Formats: sequence, structure tokens, C-alpha cells
Amino acid sequence: MASSKLLSQPRWHRLLRRNLPNARLFSGLPTQHPGSVPEPQNHGEPKSKNKFKTASSTPSSLKEAELAKFAAISDTWWDSEGPFKPLHNMNPTRLAFIRSTLCRHFRKDPLSARPFEGLRIIDVGCGGGILSEPLARMGAIVTGIDAVEKNIRIARLHANMDPTTSNIEYCCTTAEKLVDEQRKFDAVIALEVIEHVADSAEFCKSLSALTAHEGATVVSTLNRSMRSYAAAIVAAEYLLHWLPKGTHQWSSFLTPEELTMILKRASINVKEMAGFVFNPITGRWSLSDDISVNYIAFGTKETNNEE
Amino acid sequence: MQNRQTGTLGPYFDSNDLLFGRRRFELEQRVVEETESTRVKRVTVSIEVSNLLKLNLIDQIFLSFLACPKREFFFFFYHLAKVKGAQQVCSCIPTMNRLLATKAGSNVYRLRIPWRPFSNDAASLISSPNAGNPETGSEAQQYDIAIVGGGMVGLAFACSLASKPLTKHLNVAIVDSNPALGRKHFIKKDDLPDPRVSTITPASISFLKDIGAWRFVEQHRHAYFDKMQVWDYTGLSYAKYNARDADKEVLGCVVENKVLLSSLLSHAQDTDLLKKIYPSRLTSMSILPNSSSSEVGSTLSMTALFTRGRLAKLELEDGNSLYAKLVVGADGGKSRVRELAGIRTTGWNYAQNAIICTVEHALENHCAWQRFLPSGPLALLPIGDKFSNIVWTMTPEESSEYKSMTEDDFLKAVNHALDYGYGPHPTSSILGSSDLFSWFKGGISSSTSDCFEVPPKAVKLASERMAFPLSLRHANDYASKRVALIGDAAHTVHPLAGQGVNLGFGDASSLSSVISEGVAVGTDIGEVSLLKKYEADRKPANVTMMAVLDGFQKAYSVDFGPLNILRAAAFHGAHHISPLKKSIISYASGELRLPLFA
Repeated sequence: MASSKLLSQPRWHRLLRRNLPNARLFSGLPTQHPGSVPEPQNHGEPKSKNKFKTASSTPSSLKEAELAKFAAISDTWWDSEGPFKPLHNMNPTRLAFIRSTLCRHFRKDPLSARPFEGLRIIDVGCGGGILSEPLARMGAIVTGIDAVEKNIRIARLHANMDPTTSNIEYCCTTAEKLVDEQRKFDAVIALEVIEHVADSAEFCKSLSALTAHEGATVVSTLNRSMRSYAAAIVAAEYLLHWLPKGTHQWSSFLTPEELTMILKRASINVKEMAGFVFNPITGRWSLSDDISVNYIAFGTKETNNEE
Repeated sequence: MQNRQTGTLGPYFDSNDLLFGRRRFELEQRVVEETESTRVKRVTVSIEVSNLLKLNLIDQIFLSFLACPKREFFFFFYHLAKVKGAQQVCSCIPTMNRLLATKAGSNVYRLRIPWRPFSNDAASLISSPNAGNPETGSEAQQYDIAIVGGGMVGLAFACSLASKPLTKHLNVAIVDSNPALGRKHFIKKDDLPDPRVSTITPASISFLKDIGAWRFVEQHRHAYFDKMQVWDYTGLSYAKYNARDADKEVLGCVVENKVLLSSLLSHAQDTDLLKKIYPSRLTSMSILPNSSSSEVGSTLSMTALFTRGRLAKLELEDGNSLYAKLVVGADGGKSRVRELAGIRTTGWNYAQNAIICTVEHALENHCAWQRFLPSGPLALLPIGDKFSNIVWTMTPEESSEYKSMTEDDFLKAVNHALDYGYGPHPTSSILGSSDLFSWFKGGISSSTSDCFEVPPKAVKLASERMAFPLSLRHANDYASKRVALIGDAAHTVHPLAGQGVNLGFGDASSLSSVISEGVAVGTDIGEVSLLKKYEADRKPANVTMMAVLDGFQKAYSVDFGPLNILRAAAFHGAHHISPLKKSIISYASGELRLPLFA
């Protein structure tokens, strides 16, 4: 069953275009879309099919002019006061959850400055590498993948600036391709990706296949509730302009129960779940038990004798 | 005698040195007369010609408003027109000498208000070239944190980093030209007390205990005190505070600065924090804006990282240079780091100097005494071993007079000022007996029944007298890219409540917590977003304390009948109303962040 559904890159692209017809998605140079705000999500989509066809995944084949172009715009992704500000604000909170759950699961010392030494972690849908770089600073061997070539280039350029993060491996592939390559990781992290994927069950199966035995999977997404419609669609897209209109489809959000169920079917048992709340007065995100808008789930792969 | 004042007039100006040439446009010469003395101050509002063109409308309005003589706002439009006219002229003629707004027959004492040009580009603030030969310095090293200034607050910050598990692996450089930092023990037991002392609040004591340096302090001279008496020259009322009122054992501890410094240094050297002390002064610092590299997969050298904005480069006077991810400025009120980072300050100079010295008594003193005199408060603080420290705030002329008089005369003056000088002893309250407030007494407050006591007489002067001017200064930002300010570099306050170094310890504690949290989630410690968390934590508390102290200073600088009675009533209230007394003690001890919010 899974093999017949193995699709390469165009699948995401094709299905997403159907889901988000009016989306102005982050595809590259701000100069091309002066009015749009690049979506502060880890996953972005190009506008045209041509981009995929001409995309190359090895950095050495890039031309100098293109490199300079990407160098100029990479600051926007990493400009913490720029369009990606909400993502930068949320980042420490997500990392705190990941740190505490992974340290507990792998029995690492939480008071050490580099607790993830020796762990192989993959960041699915890494975008500009906002999550990958702190993970690398915490000692992990990080691989970042994203379906958009531009994001990978930006992430590569930024990661080279700091010697502690220059060992991150960035690839422009999808999770399914890596499953084909039979790669395994100790921890698979896919934050804010699953709501953009057409078939979430298949995606979870791929994540599970990438997870090594006794490994961890961390997925974060938005809940499908009235509050999340008000907060993530109405407030974030229309009122506060944090995201471009049409970034999210409310119908593709997953409730925690649904996520737990599809992860269970992919043989990952969800052990912990937490929510993010935003305090508008201090402008900070914090972890809480309130999972009605943003939530993050941590699960472990159990060995299943039938698989 | 006429003073030359270099002060500030509000948030748009500061009195740091000029960066550009001295071509100034003078707007107005205002006459400010002092009622008590015969001094007449003439104030000139003037700004740099080169900055004139950068004025936007609001600044023009503010400038014109400042230049108006008292209550004659008719001149406002006149000055506004002058500013606009000058701008027109300046924009036509590139090189412009001073346009003097001529007024006949006035001696001008210029209140220079240099306007720091708005410089966003920190990289342009490269100051004077190295004093030494650049080749004599050894190869530059890279550190995680460079603490510029190894005073009490800087060393406390280093010890605090060493005490936290997430930060104790960081590589730290301490830049300070004080030779004492190179020696391990520079205090002998029989030394006479140094006149420079600090009052450490209980909150700071617990911070120093947490970082493990307090045990060294207790080996040297120190004095806990649990009683405090405050009164003023009018003799209308007094207030006595006892630590038992707030269910505490001590109100604070008075420790000499050199004892604190050596304790912190000993502890810092004991810990296994990787640190190196650079016995030199900072000459220049450069931080470049972020840029990305087009090289792929190569490891970058320190210079390459520096050019990409990932490191700050510090150059020292002896030719050494070092790179650091974060530069912490703990170098005091005239902070070089703050200047080089382009962080502006707000503040003003008080027209007061403080004289400090040590005196000896016949008996031990366990109480802190403070009397508000017409020209400023006189404080007597116990240091231990029958010694006490005197902090006497007064006008600059008086301070030079008192500094130069003989020791006996000075002692007589001190005893007189603490006793019957300037006014009578306060007996009981002018509003009758304390029964009036009996229903305010929350719990049992033993100090309300304490009578007024006269402080012990000073028998001998045990040190030389030092005088220094007082000012209030506050940095507008505590953090910018790769730079954070702690201690006096961020804020300077009046010593009347002994809070200065305690605010600094609070800053050190908060910054090290923030850095620890940042390391926990893998952030680059020089990121502005992380450092702004520290600023958001400390700024409200610091600004509130500064406002309270400044309010006190202003309330006591005026001798006006109804105001005196109001002050006396405030004293009386503080003395008798126990919940108020308790919250005053808690706030002064550092346990409440903001006053009156228990």
C-alpha cells in the first residue's frame, strides 16, 4: 500500500495547490512579491512547477550570482524583527519542550550544556534552520530537510556563519525519499508541517519509518477547534498579519486525539503533549496544558512485531 | 563663586563628550536665578551645527520650548523660527561657523548639551587608535563572554556564571586595569577601614551566599546592623526602623568595597570557570552587522566570524585584542563599553558632592543613622570594630571647605551636625502622642516605642576624606547587539539609601539567569532578543528604585515650611504605621521588586 503511494516532490506541490488556491506562499525573493509577508512557518511552497524542475540539491553546482542573491535575502528568514518574528518568538518555547522530553527519554543530563551529544536528529520541514541550529548547539548531529530548495540554501548559508552549526546536513528532499534511502534517526522532529501535508497518515508513517528503534518523534501542529480558528486564522492572518492569508486551512488541522490515533497507527505512542500559549502583554510564548490552539506531541517508537 | 555646569536637560541630551567638532548653534541664553544664594546661572541651549539638520519637528519644538525663559512662551515661536532658519542656512552652506544668537551684556556660562548623533551603525564607532604597537599584542583569543570591568558587579557576574551548571563551562575574559586583580590576597587584617563602603541588602546577601562568595566576606571586617534611625534638621519628627518589624534579623550589612572585591576575586579563582584576566584598559570595540558567507562547508577563522558579525572584537591598551560572543559592560558610571556601543543615557547631575571618611567611636555602633540636613543627608554607618563610615552629602563649595579643614574641626562639625546642629532634637510627634495612630498598628511593632537617640560621638578620624560628585544616570537600553550593561554602567543613583551596588548585583543575577536559559535552548548568547529579556526583567525595578531615590533627594532639597511639615508627617507615618514600615523595610532590603506591591 505504501509503495503505490510513494510519490516524489510534485505530490506535495500539486496537492497543496489544490488545498490553498489563494495562497501567496513563501517562494523566494521579497522583491518579487513586495506586498506579501513570507509565512513564518517551517514549510513553504514554490509558486510554479518550474522551480522544482530546475532545482538542484548539491551546493557545489550553484552559480556565484545565485549564491550572492541568496546571501542577500537570507537575512529576512533570520531577521528576528522581520516577518518571521512570531516564529523566532516561539522558538525557545518549542526547544524547551524538546529538550526536556528528549533528555528524559534518552536519559541525558538536563543540566549539561550539550545534552544531545551523539544523538542523530532530523528536522523535517526545517525552513531556514531556525530549529536546527539550536539543536546543533546542544550537541546533536542534525539533518535538516525541506522540500523548497531556497530554504535549504538560506539555511546552509546561515549555518556556515557559526562553527558550532556548520556541521548540519541540509538536504532538499522529502521524508519519503529518505525512507527509501533507509535512513534512521534517533529523533525525528516535524514542527508545523503536518497541517500542510495532504495525507497526514502517510506522512506519519514516513516519520515513523525514519525513527530508529526506541527513538523519539516530536510533532507540533494546530488544533482544529473554534479557538484555533479565531486565533490562527482570523487573528494571525487577518488581524495581526503574522501569516499571509490562506497559509492555513482550518479543515486540515488535526485535533490531538486524531494526531494520537494516526501516530499510534504508525506505531508511535504519544507520551507527552503540551500546548503553547501567547501572552500578548509580555509578547512571549510559554508552555502550558492548554492544547486548544498550538500543541506539540512527543511520542516514542515502540517495537511492533507485526511490522 | 560661579559654577561651570555641564549637565543635562532631559531625555534628548546627555553630557558625554563630543564626538564631532565644537561648532555649535546657540539658541538662547536663559537666566536662571537661585533664590537662596546669590548665584545667577545663565544657561545656553545650543546644539551642534552638524546635528541641526537632523532635527525633526518634535525635536525642534522641544528645543524651542527649552530655550524659552520662564513663563514667557511667546518666545517659543521666535526660537522655532530661528531653528528653522538656521537649518535652511546650514543646508546651503556646508561649512558653518557658529551663529551666535547675540544678547547684549551677559556673561555666558554655557550649559553644553552635546547631542550624540544618531548612529545606528555600531561599526563606525571605532575610537582612538591603539596606544601601543599592534604587533606587540599576542594572538587574539576567542571567548564566550568578555566582562569589561572587574569591579564588584563584574566579578559577581563571573561568580554567578560559575555557580550555574549550564554556564560554568563558558570561557570568560575579564578586562580590568586594576593591578589588585592579579594578586590573590590584598587585604591585611590590621588595615584601617577604607572609606569606600557599601551597604549590602539582605537580598544581595542571599545572592552572594548563593554564588558562594559570602563566606569570604565574613572572614574580614563586616558589620550587620538591625536598627536604623532617620530624622531631619527641622526636629519635627523621626523614624526608627528595626529589623524585627519586618520579621528579619538584619536590615543589611555594611562591607568595605575592597573586602567585597577580594572575596569575589578569591571565590572566582577557586571555581573552575575558565577565565583569564586582562590587566589593561579597553580602547576600542567593534561589532559588525550580520552578513552571511558564500563559502560552503568551511570552518571559519575568528576574523572571518568577526567580519560576519558573529563575534565582537575588543582592542586593549596594551595591544592585545580578543574576540567574544558577548561583551558585558560592568565598567562603572563612565562606562567605555556603553560609549562604544552607542547607547545613550538619560540623567542629570545633582548639585551635590559627597564626602566620605571613616571615624572611630568609643563604643561599638550597631545602628545606622541618617539625618537630612538642608544641603543633603549625613549618614553614619557601622563598619565594625568601633569604626563607622560617614557619607555626608553637601554642596560642592561646602565639600571643598569641609575636605580641607583640620581633622578636629571636621570631627566637631560632624558631631555637631548629628546632634544639635541645624535644628533641635525631635521629641515626640508634633501631632500629639502616638495614640492617634494606635489603630494603624497592625502587629506588634516594637520600634514605635523606641525613643529618639543621639548618635554616638565620633572620637577620631580614621581615614582621609574623599569627595566625589553625585549624579543620576540611566542608560536608555541595557542591551544591544552583543553588548549588555550591568551595574553602574547601566544606572547610577544617589547614595542616600545605599542601593547602588545592590541594583548591580540584581543585574548580575538576572543576566546570568537569562544567559543560562539561552544556553539551555541553544541560543547564540549574543542575540539581542535574549539580552532584551534581561532588560525587560531589570529595567522596571531599576527605574522604579531610581525614581524613588530621586524623589527623596528632591523632596529634601527644598526648605519650605509646609513641605517640612509634610515631610515630618511622612516620617511620623512611616514610624507608626506598621504595615507601611514593613513594606518600606522589605523594599529597601531588596525583597520587593516594586514598592507597595507586596
